[in-house]
Amino acid sequence: MAEVLVLVDHVDGAIRKTTNELLTIARRLGEPSAVFIGSLSDDATAALKQFGAEKIYSVDDADIKGYLVAPKAEVLAQLVGSASPAAVLISASVEGKEIAGRLAVKTDSGLITDAIDVQAGPVTTQSVFAGNFTVTAKVTKGTPIIAVKPNAAAPEAVDGAGAVESVAVSISDAAKGARVTSSEPKAASGRPELTEAAIVVAGGRGTGGDFSAVEALADSLGGAVGASRAAVDSGWYPHAFQIGQTGKVVSPQLYIANGISGAIQHRAGMQTSKTIIAVNKDEEAPIFELVDFGVVGDLHTVVPAVTEGVNQRKG
Amino acid sequence: MNIVVCVKYVPDATADRRFEADNTVDRVGVDGLLSELDEYAVEQALQLKEKLGDDSEVTVVSVGPDNAGDAIRKALQMGADKGVHVVDDAIAGSDALGTSLVLAEAIKKLPHDIVLCGMGSTDAVMGVLPTMLAERLGLPGVTFASEVTVNGSTVTVRRDGDTATETIEADLPAVVSVTDQSGEARYPSFKGIMAAKKKEVVTQSLGDLGISGDQVGLSAAWTAVEGTEARPPRTAGEIVKDADGSGASALVEFLASKKFI
Ligand SMILES: Cc1cc2nc3c(=O)[nH]c(=O)nc-3n(C[C@H](O)[C@H](O)[C@H](O)COP(=O)(O)OP(=O)(O)OC[C@H]3O[C@@H](n4cnc5c(N)ncnc54)[C@H](O)[C@@H]3O)c2cc1C
Ligand SMILES: Nc1ncnc2c1ncn2[C@@H]1O[C@H](COP(=O)(O)O)[C@@H](O)[C@H]1O
Repeated sequence: MAEVLVLVDHVDGAIRKTTNELLTIARRLGEPSAVFIGSLSDDATAALKQFGAEKIYSVDDADIKGYLVAPKAEVLAQLVGSASPAAVLISASVEGKEIAGRLAVKTDSGLITDAIDVQAGPVTTQSVFAGNFTVTAKVTKGTPIIAVKPNAAAPEAVDGAGAVESVAVSISDAAKGARVTSSEPKAASGRPELTEAAIVVAGGRGTGGDFSAVEALADSLGGAVGASRAAVDSGWYPHAFQIGQTGKVVSPQLYIANGISGAIQHRAGMQTSKTIIAVNKDEEAPIFELVDFGVVGDLHTVVPAVTEGVNQRKG
Repeated sequence: MNIVVCVKYVPDATADRRFEADNTVDRVGVDGLLSELDEYAVEQALQLKEKLGDDSEVTVVSVGPDNAGDAIRKALQMGADKGVHVVDDAIAGSDALGTSLVLAEAIKKLPHDIVLCGMGSTDAVMGVLPTMLAERLGLPGVTFASEVTVNGSTVTVRRDGDTATETIEADLPAVVSVTDQSGEARYPSFKGIMAAKKKEVVTQSLGDLGISGDQVGLSAAWTAVEGTEARPPRTAGEIVKDADGSGASALVEFLASKKFI
């Protein structure tokens, strides 16, 4: 069976859940080979094996740290050349898509981004036009390169051989043309990551700028907090939490929109959520066209009362 | 400095967007406009030129059908100096690899110190074209810039990521895509609208760029759409009016019935 390369998404060696999802998808297409760029620890090796990595290509990043994606794309291009994989799977993050774009050009291969499902073939499913259409597609030239969205598969633990193979790569000077000169970490919110969360509670202009009630509801349900662009543009919540066309696209089990009107650009980021709830004082608000359950009322009284009710039930 | 801005003509996001029988996006039968996200790139180009205060020139390039000329015209009205419109029936149905090939060849023919793009087109939102362009041009590429400054022969970009705010430096020439956080785009002034009428727009075909028709377009695409399906409209759910806390208790009931609590 052909190899399927999975670019490992990790934070300082800690493997992210999206990687487990990619490994799970890779098994449908061939034999998963993880590509780890960084310094590979025993823990990381064990984690990759646990989700079925048959091989682990380990690429030391001492030489490429601090540069943007171009060197990583060169690493993958080299592996595509030597391993002739059936496909390359990469997470559809900002960095992942940049790597995928460069890799596609380098290997003259078709690229599909933002897949929400990948099956044997590989045949991909994408959600387009603000979630109004579902598209199935295939790569027809070169090695299929697929950037996959979080939650595209439920990770399945399966023991893999996890044979580690160190790979020496030569990086061109051209790939080092862009470098990170400073990086200021953002404070972690302690809540689930927005695009991976099962529950998202969002606030819009209707909050009037105070997100504490929205945050409290999110915490009572163990969810993440999101915001509309109007709220972000007003400086009420950081841009990293914006949901919509120019923010994050989320597809949780439950989405609760508070004081959000439901503009097409906002819908683009949440329309494919399983269950949608809205609290809005205007019964004509377009968001109500999408909801499974809606409350016409003032969020300043409704939201805290819901939080209280939820906390009471939890006991 | 020679500033090139890539702009795309897209179907209006608020109109009814649809697919053609061959699964390509209907780009002719639907009202279109300059992608709003590309207006931010035009704005950054104009601000760069204004800051430099020299004889820098802003050239907008668009690959698209005849009406893509409207997108170029809008950018010229905002203040760009010149336009290049690559139009050829053989381009129809190109995917990102094909479009980036055409765009790269068009840009190679222009003097370029910096190439600015939008963060993604409002119709496809792949956001990969700027990176592909950088790769094809052999240039550094930085996407999702919320701030762009040029100092001599380097460009410095601020990028607000999910986990960190980064400062990135790249040697010019470089390709940079900018977000909608980079600064409101200006509206064309009356003077701008009048002036745009006299600005030059060069039309080019694939032949002019040395690309043969079988390298791009639907039949040469690197990917094929197998099917498109309209998502079933969401059926309207239950909507209650809140009175004295009834709304909140009904909502809590609903959450419990769906096992979210
Ligand atoms: C190119 C482009 C990209 C965009 N990208 C995005 C994007 O990524 N994400 C995004 O969200 N938007 C985006 N937008 C903006 C979008 O068009 C809307 O302007 C925005 O979503 C509106 O946010 P809102 O619903 O919070 O505000 P509004 O539309 O002002 O709605 C506020 C709502 O709150 C309700 N309300 C007010 N007070 C209360 C109260 N006390 N209790 C209950 N309800 C109350 C009102 O009835 C109203 O429905 C984009 C626009 C463009 C042009
Ligand atoms: N046909 C096109 N002509 C000119 N520029 C384009 C075209 N398509 C995409 N772009 C540029 O590439 C950016 C990202 O597009 P995309 O990768 O399609 O989301 C856009 O914001 C434009 O700046």
